[in-house]
Amino acid sequence: MSKEPVAVTGIGQTKHVAARRDVSIAGLVREAALRALADAELTWADIDAVVIGKAPDFFEGVMMPELYLADALGAVGKPMLRVHTAGSVGGSTALVAANLVAARVHGTVLTLAFEKQSESNAMWGLSLPIPFQQPLLAGAGGFFAPHVRAYMRRSGAPDTIGSLVAYKDRRNALLNPYAHLHEHDITLEKVQASPMLWDPIRYSETCPSSDGACAMVLTDRAGAARAPRPPAWLLGGAMRSEPTLFAGKDFVSPQAGKDCAADVYRQAGIADPRRDIDAVEMYVPFSWYEPMWLENLGFAAEGEGWKLTEAGVTELDGDLPVNMSGGVLSTNPIGASGMIRFAEAALQVRGQAGEHQVARARRVLGHAYGGGSQFFSMWLVGSEPPDS
Amino acid sequence: MPEVLKAPLVVEFPFTRSLGPVQSAFLTGLREGTVLGVRTTDGRVLVPPVEYDPVTADDLSDLVEVAPTGTVTTWAWNHEPRRGQPLATPFAWVLVRLDGADTALLHVLDVPGPDAVHTGMRVRVRWAAERTGAITDIACFEPYEGEAVEPGGHSGVFENPLTGIVAPARLDYTYSPGRAQSAYIDALSARRTVGERCPSCRKVYVPPRGACPTCGVATAEQVEVGPRGTVTTFCIVNIKAKNLDIEVPYVYAHIALDGADLALHARIGGIPYDRVRMGLRVEPVWTEGARYPDHYRPTGEPDADYETYKELL
Repeated sequence: MSKEPVAVTGIGQTKHVAARRDVSIAGLVREAALRALADAELTWADIDAVVIGKAPDFFEGVMMPELYLADALGAVGKPMLRVHTAGSVGGSTALVAANLVAARVHGTVLTLAFEKQSESNAMWGLSLPIPFQQPLLAGAGGFFAPHVRAYMRRSGAPDTIGSLVAYKDRRNALLNPYAHLHEHDITLEKVQASPMLWDPIRYSETCPSSDGACAMVLTDRAGAARAPRPPAWLLGGAMRSEPTLFAGKDFVSPQAGKDCAADVYRQAGIADPRRDIDAVEMYVPFSWYEPMWLENLGFAAEGEGWKLTEAGVTELDGDLPVNMSGGVLSTNPIGASGMIRFAEAALQVRGQAGEHQVARARRVLGHAYGGGSQFFSMWLVGSEPPDS
Repeated sequence: MPEVLKAPLVVEFPFTRSLGPVQSAFLTGLREGTVLGVRTTDGRVLVPPVEYDPVTADDLSDLVEVAPTGTVTTWAWNHEPRRGQPLATPFAWVLVRLDGADTALLHVLDVPGPDAVHTGMRVRVRWAAERTGAITDIACFEPYEGEAVEPGGHSGVFENPLTGIVAPARLDYTYSPGRAQSAYIDALSARRTVGERCPSCRKVYVPPRGACPTCGVATAEQVEVGPRGTVTTFCIVNIKAKNLDIEVPYVYAHIALDGADLALHARIGGIPYDRVRMGLRVEPVWTEGARYPDHYRPTGEPDADYETYKELL
């Protein structure tokens, strides 16, 4: 028996900000969930199951927060699942929810991811003082910056590429009312003049720390037929994992990322992603990851990704827009960041992206990754149902 | 074989919490000596209150004052109070249904022994001398023989409401790095770096984890690597990290020790930061009594060819 087609009929997110002191964690997730229900014109009673994700419990120090969020998400008397795959969790949470619909376990599933970074300390949560181990010597960006230098060496990319990405994403964020950073006076010169924190990464090429939640309503063909607005259809979705460290690990272009993308393209019948996919919303926590992922995801040959960025192809009005929402560089509630990517892809093919809508976005890829380039999750959504 | 190491690991952090309207009223109420519940859509009063109806998922905001007296619905005796528990002497954990509430609140009952507590007994709140807006503003419950106290009609609206709290968390672990890393650390004390070779793929892991992450098989064959190595990639750190007493800027590098198949991470010294490059040959610099090299410095050898380390970035 073939899979049930899966449709996204509701999307909701909070206005992402540095600190939401007016709401509890429950209040924050509730806000995104209610907006997703409103978009789908459904009520709590229409939801069969809830699938929730966030980054490690240590971040906010609430152990298994899903236990106390059941009331806020109308999950009482229904199955509620928690997904946990580090920074990629927002993506894998959506895929677990989608699989429940595809397998006809449930007809309509609410999926949601969040982080309240203002009540959290991610850096502390990720660098506990483990006895006998050498303390980390570099802080957050120190983990990523050497990989960026490796990419620059391998590809021969000019050192201005990272600033072009940051300048583009921050301008895109100005068109997205939910984005955290709205830097109205942003210029390329300002990005390039911002302090060099972890050479080769500048301050303006790093992501902010945000409070936010994102929710989606996923449903079957019958649910999609009742939806008040055009749905986004799942054309392919996959997850892959690999160890954080192993001999031969390629941090610049991890094998698990390549394999994950290949699986999605196979499911969706994508022969040439550069030609067949209209836009990409990818997880870029530091600007240089745009050209790196363009190669990893097959949009450019190895060493050539930066040329797309440099030529303006990834601009909002380019031939392959990347991070139309402003991306992780403009909004980063860690656990929600993957789902925001997936939701943006769905918004685009639904034609609901407002001022940052890409014209004729028929097939859009959403991408998330996390851990030490360890977990990957991606989905490709389309404006038309699969096999039609 | 050296002994497997063990050490205490204490994880603690003062988390902050934004309360939202319902928890704000509840905790501000405790500060003011008032216990508040919330009325659900079906008319029940929940204490402690919740923000969302557990049956209908509706928003809840109808705050209701309940009495400081109530009835024990069940209990368990605690013979040996631990650090941070509400009382230092043995006590009963109790669920108390306060008069006017439909649900029970978890707290403690101060009685001399388990014979002095029973389900159905009447109790009342003993307020803490100093109250800050926390569940510990109720110091404990105590036996109560008097009349039921009529609750006041507080609306739940307070001056200077509490909007956030600090919730300190602490976890106590005993950490062991296991056999392989214990052997690695033991060898470091003689300033030797010893990894382990995978019997299947023959790769040498430093530090060893006791198993090959690619092949999934145990590793046992010890291999000494280094002490020299090659900088495969690096960054220049320009901002001071918390708890690190290193002058910026400095170079944080991935170093592939000769004979190792995985780079380790260390600081580079003995050379101006802006002259560090990929391929630089380095060696460890030890300080007396330290477990790890303080940093690595140039050996003066010619730089390694990119082809020799490009798989080790």
